[in-house]
Amino acid sequence: MSENVLKIEHVTMQFGGVVAVDDLNLEVNRNEIVSLIGPNGAGKTTAFNVVTGVYPPTNGNVSFEGNVIVENHPRGKMKKLYHGDHADRYMKSLEPTPDKITKLGIARTFQNIRLFKSQTVFENILIAEHMRRTSNLFTAALHLNGAEERAMHKEAEKLLAILELEDVRDDMATSLPYGKQRRVEIARALATKPSLLLLDEPAAGMNPQETMELTDFIGRIRDDFHLTIFMIEHHMDLVMEISDRVYVLDFGKLIAQGTPQEVQQNPHVISAYLGVQEDE
Amino acid sequence: MSKKTETIINVLLIGALLLVLFILEKTLPSTHMLFTVLKKGAIYALVAVSMNLLNGFTGLFSLGQAGFMLVGAYTYGVLTIPVAERANVYMYFDGGLIQFALHPIIAIILAGALAGLFAYLIGLPVLRLKSDYLAIATLGFAEIIRAIFQWDKLGPITNGSNLLRSYPSYKSVLFYFVAAGLCIALIVMLINSTYGRAFKAIRDDEVAAEAMGINLAHHKRIAFVISSFFAGVSGALLAMYQTSVQAAMFKSAMTYEILLIVVIGGIGSITGSCISSFLFIILSEWLLRFLDTETYIGDFHVPLLRSGFRKVVFAVLIMIVVLFFRKGIMGTREFSVRGIYNKLTGKKKKAEKGGGANE
Amino acid sequence: MDWISRNLPYLMAGISVGGQYALIAIGYTMVYGILRLINFAHGDIFMCAGLIMVYSVTVMPMYLAIPFVLVTTVLIGFLVERVAYKPLRSAPRMSVMISAIGVSYLLQNLALYITGGLAQQYPTIPWISDVITVFGVTTKRVTVITPFLVIFLVVVLVLLIRKTKIGMAMRAASKDFETSALMGIKINSVISTTFIIGSFLAAVGSLLFFSNYTGVTPTVGAMPGLKAFVAAVFGGIGSIPGAVIGAFIIGISENIIKGLGWTTFSDAFTFALLIAVLIWKPTGLFGEAATDKV
Repeated sequence: MSENVLKIEHVTMQFGGVVAVDDLNLEVNRNEIVSLIGPNGAGKTTAFNVVTGVYPPTNGNVSFEGNVIVENHPRGKMKKLYHGDHADRYMKSLEPTPDKITKLGIARTFQNIRLFKSQTVFENILIAEHMRRTSNLFTAALHLNGAEERAMHKEAEKLLAILELEDVRDDMATSLPYGKQRRVEIARALATKPSLLLLDEPAAGMNPQETMELTDFIGRIRDDFHLTIFMIEHHMDLVMEISDRVYVLDFGKLIAQGTPQEVQQNPHVISAYLGVQEDE
Repeated sequence: MSKKTETIINVLLIGALLLVLFILEKTLPSTHMLFTVLKKGAIYALVAVSMNLLNGFTGLFSLGQAGFMLVGAYTYGVLTIPVAERANVYMYFDGGLIQFALHPIIAIILAGALAGLFAYLIGLPVLRLKSDYLAIATLGFAEIIRAIFQWDKLGPITNGSNLLRSYPSYKSVLFYFVAAGLCIALIVMLINSTYGRAFKAIRDDEVAAEAMGINLAHHKRIAFVISSFFAGVSGALLAMYQTSVQAAMFKSAMTYEILLIVVIGGIGSITGSCISSFLFIILSEWLLRFLDTETYIGDFHVPLLRSGFRKVVFAVLIMIVVLFFRKGIMGTREFSVRGIYNKLTGKKKKAEKGGGANE
Repeated sequence: MDWISRNLPYLMAGISVGGQYALIAIGYTMVYGILRLINFAHGDIFMCAGLIMVYSVTVMPMYLAIPFVLVTTVLIGFLVERVAYKPLRSAPRMSVMISAIGVSYLLQNLALYITGGLAQQYPTIPWISDVITVFGVTTKRVTVITPFLVIFLVVVLVLLIRKTKIGMAMRAASKDFETSALMGIKINSVISTTFIIGSFLAAVGSLLFFSNYTGVTPTVGAMPGLKAFVAAVFGGIGSIPGAVIGAFIIGISENIIKGLGWTTFSDAFTFALLIAVLIWKPTGLFGEAATDKV
């Protein structure tokens, strides 16, 4: 019996008249690796942004570990613009900011790497410790929290060691090669100690060799950190190799779901990627 | 070099600096230009560092510094004027409403606290704005503060647009150095704490910082309030140094001046801000004074030299820095004992960023 | 009726000063539209125009002085852009803004040096400074002329932007700076043109403004400059009609507040308005929404 970690129900995201995500329903179970694929502009990153609190959805809700964390229904100007269903289904408007979502145990990476550019790899990772601080502003500013500081450093060192990033510890994060930067970004997300990790195109811009290494890396961290992973990816080799299940999004709508093999054979998916030939 | 030796050297250096100042004060006449420059330099160093905390370390481009200095200066003046003098100072307002006087040190702390309170209230709406809109909104609020303090209906408290004067002030340059130095040390400690790391994360990338569990609104507010607290303290010190104070002097031009000091020192460098403050004050108050006086060499009347020329030269110098030396004196580096030690011994750590400031 | 005749002077002054803000605001809104830069020096260029007038009438007749003022102000605006902003084209936006603040500081100090810090008496321009009576209110002719002149200039400007080639280039550049450069638009000449138009209108604005408020001091540009900027934001930055309407609203409200006896707060009101707009409708009355991509 599998257990839901993440559940997205009837999520619609509408920017003005443009519907980026249309009535999306999906679930991710514990310790699964689930991929969300689809052509460019299908609304994948938007779905991520809804889950992580970057923007509130127009309608629908998201639950994490059985609790509703994000919920909204069409309000104000959106009331007139919204044409989807289930508008009356949700009553609350729960719009946590991204930091609250992170504190619940959902971490993410970004499509275009967003490392802290003026800081070293170590400092990038150390920042995640901030949210678990127990010291207040005054004890921290007066450096009365020595024990906590040492513990923070130790945690970050430990993570670096596990992820084999010790050799670049003091390098400026943005001076690293692209593949390494991706890995640092994942390490930084792991430093927040998530139970669910969202990866937004982790293999973007990587060559086949790097992609292969990344595939192993993702599998490894899932096991080592007892993670559930939900990712957006374009590299089909990667998706097919490590995903337990795949969801396919096109023009904001879910068009297919299932195991990698099932999805590969699905005619809707093929036409979404290759286009429909009219004479067939 | 161990951390302990570094601390000892820093303490010794600070002690030596204070001793030199003490000896100078005993030997030179108290009206010597040096003391004027040092006092004002220390005050400007504090306000520049407080601005750097926002603009350089948190990435909040705020232009409200003069307004918060005004709050601090007025709080200090209003709370410390001796009761006996009040009838005289508040002559248009029947001696004013407040009929007590606090100890200067308490008043300085209250000056910071009130500036911080103003910042908290202003920050509620303003900190949601981004980059240049934040700049213009804080500039606007500084102007509103000035208008309020000059409002004649508040005259019984603020003395309207008239001077505040006759309040007590410390004359020794040591006081200004210790006060400003202490405040700067606190800011440095904050920057080196876990909160400081959060500020820098926000500066580098707000979206990523938020994804790392940093509450943007909360941390921006902390940075804004603390920066304003110290701007308020520096305002109180400035009031003390000048022995009289008037709202009209805290115009946006003052904020611009502080901003330019920060830029010249290097946005994101505490020691840079300190060095450039002293440089700025020494040049403008002392070394470039000659530019403002008409001069004859023999019979030759040196052209251009007359009142105001100094500031023109100054502005041109600043533009040169802004255009061609965009990193300023220090960039984001810090001047530190450890840095010098490493340089001398040729020891180089990867991505050396230096330790704390040794002001 | 009594109320109207009591308040008409304030209303007229408001419309007039609003028109003058509008002429400055256009410069802000056009520059921001293309460079995303708050040109802090724009108010000081307005001040320079005032000073040039003061000094040029001492050496030339009025009919030469006016065109001279217009030409030299345009030249200053052009030079400021070339010297202080162009080298920073690829720098972070904050650097350009700091440079703008530096230029403002330089121009103010230069003016301080030249004037010796004393307020200079603005010359009386014949005809427009004549005192006339409208609806029983005595005022200068400039008060009545300003709104019409402003509307005329705005119509010309809008036609220029809609119908001419350079106008099309401007619209393209304000939509997408980089792409329009890639499409072969000479971005530097577009920017220069923007500064030239902005400075020209600021110069016209100064002729009208100082006919009413005759003291020219080095910092006289700061306040009208900031208010014009607020007007531009209020109207939706990048939108010329928006800036003009915003400027009139600010000019009128400010004078009504003065009329109510709250003079101290007439400046503060402008900023309160700015903050309110930025918080509740950051795109202004006519601005287009823009979202950040994550």
